[in-house]
Amino acid sequence: MDLEFLIKYKMFYISGVQNTLLLAIFAVFFGVILGVVLALMKLSKKKILKAIATAYIEFLRGTPVIVQIYIVYYGLPNVVPFELPDMVWGIVALSLNSGAYVAEIIRAGIQAVDKGQMEAARSIGMPHNMGMRYIVIPQAFKNILPALGNEFIVVVKESAIVSVVGITELMYRADTIRGITYKAFAPLMVAAVIYFIITYTLSRLLGIVERRMSAGD
Amino acid sequence: MRVIKTINLNKHFGQLHVLKGIDTHIKKGEVVVVIGPSGSGKSTFLRCLNLLEQPTGGEIIFEGVSITDPKNDVNLQRQKMGMVFQQFNLFPHMNVTDNVTLGPIKVKKIPKDEAEALAKKLLERVGLPDKAEAYPKQLSGGQKQRVAIARALAMEPDVMLFDEPTSALDPEMVGEVLDVMKDLASKGMTMVIVSHEMGFAKEVADRILFMDDGIIEEEGTPKEIFDNPKSPRTKDFLGKVLY
Repeated sequence: MDLEFLIKYKMFYISGVQNTLLLAIFAVFFGVILGVVLALMKLSKKKILKAIATAYIEFLRGTPVIVQIYIVYYGLPNVVPFELPDMVWGIVALSLNSGAYVAEIIRAGIQAVDKGQMEAARSIGMPHNMGMRYIVIPQAFKNILPALGNEFIVVVKESAIVSVVGITELMYRADTIRGITYKAFAPLMVAAVIYFIITYTLSRLLGIVERRMSAGD
Repeated sequence: MRVIKTINLNKHFGQLHVLKGIDTHIKKGEVVVVIGPSGSGKSTFLRCLNLLEQPTGGEIIFEGVSITDPKNDVNLQRQKMGMVFQQFNLFPHMNVTDNVTLGPIKVKKIPKDEAEALAKKLLERVGLPDKAEAYPKQLSGGQKQRVAIARALAMEPDVMLFDEPTSALDPEMVGEVLDVMKDLASKGMTMVIVSHEMGFAKEVADRILFMDDGIIEEEGTPKEIFDNPKSPRTKDFLGKVLY
């Protein structure tokens, strides 16, 4: 495989990686905020909140990401009165999608905490919110954190799809190089290797964090 | 003086009618042991007393206040009712001292050093002064349950509720937990205990409630219940259990 193009176009890859990481970091950050809100709504006793959260999560998990990205990219700018860079729309689309998955991660993490823990908290006179804060959430956190790390890896991979609307992340850059060099294959292999290095590093780091946390058990 | 009074207490779980009108009362300083076959509603009855289960009918009066009144804030009464669970339910992410002091500090808002002094005293009382820094997973079942008793006592409750406190323990650890409970009883604590430990019930109880199929089938002193049961159901049950 002739990799000479790498020397000439390495800046394409570097800026692509930067944008991919930016997309993933912001998407997970806002995804977590959205996910927390959705999870609390879903666990709430208020039927209407529960219904809204459930509908949102089901819809976002039940439709293709690429459709969601097109809807956000071609739909939202019409209702937002000011102009925003393409990257922002990419982050919005990925956050809205990731939020639905994060919500389920958080809900499952909270529900995995033994029911007796809340009962014990209530039995010493703690109101429900205090029991959540001091007893349930700290224990749920241990269930949630590894799954959130996985979600970050998933978003790194999924972010490739925003290249379809012209956001200049790694996949888009690889395609550009293919166009310029008339090489159909090699630029993609390079992109694949870069994606793999990112995700493999992340999953290793995650493994270390998990081991640290279980050492405290 | 009556600390707890229940009036026609009913509990349904969906179609299942678990408590079918319980009328009873617990006097100050009294030790009441609730016995009966599984599924008779004894744990549900106990859990209704501090509203961990919401009764579907009837009324519970605790220290003169109707706690089943929807306007009542049960968190206040729960502080006065210590509860000990079959599965201990210690907080696994906190050490023993923090388990015991959490309620006093966060709920009663007493200063940390005062709460820690109290915890020290209570851990001595349950025989675990050397476990103050240990985490629950480092303790045996019996030790866990004794910490759970200390945690409940730290709120300085007027009543202690015990939900089968020795049922999840290895046999050789039952004694140490019952000893702590006997000590509490001898110091005048008002106690309601759901238990299968008939020997303990006989020795410690002021009154036995025999529950069967959601009602109190028979009640009386240990002597009356164990030596001269009147109801055929009581006779049948006591004939089947070993003690």
